Amino acid sequence: MDMLTYALGALSPDNLGLALLGVAAGIIIGALPGLSATMAVAVLVPVTFGMAPESALIMLGAIYTGAIYGGSYSAILVNTPGTPSAIATTFDGYPMAKRGDGDLAVTLSTIASMVGGMVGVLALLTLAPMLAQVALSFGSVEYFWLAIFGLTLISALSEGSTLKGFMGAGFGLLLSTVGVAVVGGDIRYTLGSQVLLGGIETVSALIGLYCIPVLIDLVATPESHLKVDEEQRGLRLREGLGHAWLGKFNLLRSATVGTGVAILPGAGGSIASLVSYSEARRASREPETFGKGNPQGILATEAANNATVGGGFIPTLVLGIPGTPPDAVILGALMVQGFRTGPELFTTNASITYTFVAGLFLATCLLLPLGLLIGRYAFKSIITIPKALLVPTIAFMTVIGTYAIRNSVSDVIIMLTLGVVGWLLNRYGFRPSPIVLGLILGPIAEQGFVQGFLMGRASGSYATTFFGGPISITIIALSVLSVVYPLIKERRDRHRAHHGGASPQETSS
Amino acid sequence: MRISLSIGLAAGAGLAFACGLTSTAAADAFPEKDVQYVIPFGPGGESDISARLQQKYFEEITGEQLVVQYMPGGGGAVGWSQLSDMSADGHTIMGSNLPHIILKPMGKEVGFQTDDLDNFYYFHYSPDAILVRQDSPYETLDDLIQAANEAPGAVTLSGSGTYSANDVANTRFQQLADVTTTYIPFKGTGAAVTALLGGQVQAEWGYTTVAANHQDKVRMLAVAAEERHPLFPDVPTFQELGYDMVGGAYRGMAVPEGTPDEAQQKLAEIFQQINETPGFRQEMQELGFVLMDVSLDEMDAFMAEQQRVYEAIAREAGLID
Repeated sequence: MDMLTYALGALSPDNLGLALLGVAAGIIIGALPGLSATMAVAVLVPVTFGMAPESALIMLGAIYTGAIYGGSYSAILVNTPGTPSAIATTFDGYPMAKRGDGDLAVTLSTIASMVGGMVGVLALLTLAPMLAQVALSFGSVEYFWLAIFGLTLISALSEGSTLKGFMGAGFGLLLSTVGVAVVGGDIRYTLGSQVLLGGIETVSALIGLYCIPVLIDLVATPESHLKVDEEQRGLRLREGLGHAWLGKFNLLRSATVGTGVAILPGAGGSIASLVSYSEARRASREPETFGKGNPQGILATEAANNATVGGGFIPTLVLGIPGTPPDAVILGALMVQGFRTGPELFTTNASITYTFVAGLFLATCLLLPLGLLIGRYAFKSIITIPKALLVPTIAFMTVIGTYAIRNSVSDVIIMLTLGVVGWLLNRYGFRPSPIVLGLILGPIAEQGFVQGFLMGRASGSYATTFFGGPISITIIALSVLSVVYPLIKERRDRHRAHHGGASPQETSS
Repeated sequence: MRISLSIGLAAGAGLAFACGLTSTAAADAFPEKDVQYVIPFGPGGESDISARLQQKYFEEITGEQLVVQYMPGGGGAVGWSQLSDMSADGHTIMGSNLPHIILKPMGKEVGFQTDDLDNFYYFHYSPDAILVRQDSPYETLDDLIQAANEAPGAVTLSGSGTYSANDVANTRFQQLADVTTTYIPFKGTGAAVTALLGGQVQAEWGYTTVAANHQDKVRMLAVAAEERHPLFPDVPTFQELGYDMVGGAYRGMAVPEGTPDEAQQKLAEIFQQINETPGFRQEMQELGFVLMDVSLDEMDAFMAEQQRVYEAIAREAGLID
């Protein structure tokens, strides 16, 4: 088979070395808060111009894979997501690390990332042309409804008060309107200042909302950062595999969700991991343990975000429409290398395509040994590093990382301001996740709505435009279900409590 | 804001001073370090791809790297409004796009004026074109015009942004053909072509480059160039069809205000040299671009002419009073 020849080509010693290097570099860049996968790839694109096309592609894929995975380290060990894709990993990862299970959490993230990455790559290899058509059937209106569905996840993501969750999301939506509007070009809520003209960049808002409150709390509390166990427990791989086996359906579902979200251009890893997290929690028999250090939470988010790597390349390679921001950068590099998207993908371009896919596959496999190795080291250094060194290091990285996104001092000011606002809000029970969700989904919802509105006016019927398509109806139904389901469940539980005590499955583990 | 402004001023003043001291000595050694190339759009668009193509030749010619960065937002306004705060030593350049830099500040405050950009070189353009899917019932431009005549506003065309080249082209086309269409702005050319391929809209205002990228899935009805594009010899120009439309998206580069003239001159020479490289010419043409050379000496006249043309179009179209 031709395919195998290309795959073997990818396995040459040189390429293997580049893949190792790429994954390791990706993991480290991803682990640093503020340096995202997009940036890791963008910085290295010019380096690859000097290489043979195959090697360049393998290197880029490896960096991307590594960076998405590496984001989980700082999420777990410091409570600051290293990349946007790792937001949801903080929910259960950090509580686990806090109670002394940080090493297990890193191992779980490694296993989940590998499984998720595999599912994404397999989908890319086998179903790419078909799934690309699915991506095309999502238009403006579908994106609008998808964003609405995303907003219904707030009830699942807001610990404590749902009302505060919605208020947070409202704040996030409002923040997302700041700046120059894409549709219409109006300038909104800039208060006449240059700083706000560029709007609130999602990644810098995220760094502010998640990292700054953590830093303030680290400084404000006297006890050590993580609880340290005296005994050495190795990699805890067996224990991790046990959890993974228990959560095999969770892993598969999350990887599928990750792949599915990634084929929709514009969504990306942060949404994929948030959706799969809330689905894992909904499907769990003990949803109340999520957010308190449930290993299944990490499995869900990390499987999902690494599945977006392979999934995102489906529209990128087949249609020439980047699925996620790093894909856009890699597509640019591919075009410079002479690659053209379209039907020649598996014919004229087959050597490039298959080598690239084989490279992704290779990088995903390498996650396991490299991840366990680097993860172990990261864990050890984070628990031994004194706070006086940890805090300034992270603070420095957040500022550098924020500045580097758009080379903008304004973004740093916005990041710091939002950080302090986020810290204050946190004290009053407002969590950052609903705010971030509002900020990410706001533009998708707004553009989808306005474009749908214009299309509706052109077609003469707003109703058929917004409620006519089968995909729209399905998403609307899911949204309604997502809102109503907790109410039904609560009622059923209350009903059960009235008639014969707690239900048996509530108490089983 | 005051902080950022004062930092910016201090940095700018410092750099200007440093440049003043070193410019005579460094003139022939330029560039002495990596050059930051800021694209005021997201990655994957035409500005990005042409920059990526320039990148490798820049390194070959100068031995320094051309570092491509993105500052997306507001259809370019975000980047351009911050250009004047950037270091003016010639090692920071920014993509400059026509008609964006003329149309954006027209009639509203977007944080920059057209004159704020010191353009030093314009290197290519992509002619406007109307694209439809391969399976579209519109075989010719007349089919589309007829459909728009039968049901005013019912023909939808996607495009990139508001007050953009696409938006202006649509407005102008509506006047010339005396029809009413619905223009639907998307965030970038990539999103606009996705809407076309997905059947969300009936046609798209795009460029020859979009047709080159998606040759198997789309066809062009007409091209707003003076001559037929060599890649598409069968596609008529608007002028051939009786509509006086020539225009498109012109791309070049600008430096922050206060960048020394020698540095600008040197930059213009480097990019002109890239434009003359056969490899670069071929790569650009295969992607559907049309190369051009507007050097530093010709820039003022070129910009004045463009300003006149687009102001007239915008006035005609009612975008400004």
